[in-house]
Amino acid sequence: MLNALIAAGIILCAIQAIRVKKLIAAALWLAGCSALTALMLYLLGAPEIAVIELSVGAGLVTVLFIFAINIIGDETPVRMPAIPPLVAWLLVILSFGTLAYLNLPLLEIEVPTLVTIPMAASSIWEDRALDVILQIVLIFAGVLGIINLISDNSSRESKA
Amino acid sequence: MTTIPYIDMLTVMIVFGIGLYTLLITRNLIKVVIALQILVKAGMIALVLAGRINGQVMTGQSIALTVIVADTIVAVIALALAVQVKKHHGTVDLSKLRNLKG
Repeated sequence: MLNALIAAGIILCAIQAIRVKKLIAAALWLAGCSALTALMLYLLGAPEIAVIELSVGAGLVTVLFIFAINIIGDETPVRMPAIPPLVAWLLVILSFGTLAYLNLPLLEIEVPTLVTIPMAASSIWEDRALDVILQIVLIFAGVLGIINLISDNSSRESKA
Repeated sequence: MTTIPYIDMLTVMIVFGIGLYTLLITRNLIKVVIALQILVKAGMIALVLAGRINGQVMTGQSIALTVIVADTIVAVIALALAVQVKKHHGTVDLSKLRNLKG
């Protein structure tokens, strides 16, 4: 029951995030979607990932979105989309059908209830060192992105 | 006791569809980033769910963590790009950004 409520909340937040006109409101609905996703991950037996998703997805990314929207302004293009909505719907239905075709046989598998909550930290540090190195590189790329985001290069351009 | 995660699986498919539709239909650069975030959330739940179903909980969680980091960095860089595009071109409408079009 709780799982169904969370699933409905995630879908509602995702629909609202794409439906609302104001970008700030869309970012806030996305934050709600992240928080509910974190709750679902916790119920699936991944508490560490849930905490990281809650702090990064619902916290950091939302702050960055609001910061960027504050700079850009709440501009909403009103033109017709490049792809006709009918084609987009067809592609979505195709992807939905493919996912259903691949995933529905899994419903026959019985999932064992977790006796102890697994801690992913040991697995990450011991078995997946390459992932950690990749994440460090990505974090450095992100820092450069944030510096680019907050830097004001208009003065630099006027000097040049 | 066993649980069949059909609700989670259905959530993954629906949220994936919502993200894909937005990605195809929108012209606002910020909305594109929001659509990517929604898509990745579906992928993240799917990874943890797949790990749970296959009995490889740790592997699913580790890859989900990598996905979170990569997704955040993509969002940061895309937002930085959007800010720079707005400064240089005065718009974030993708249809107007055709300077590189051949």
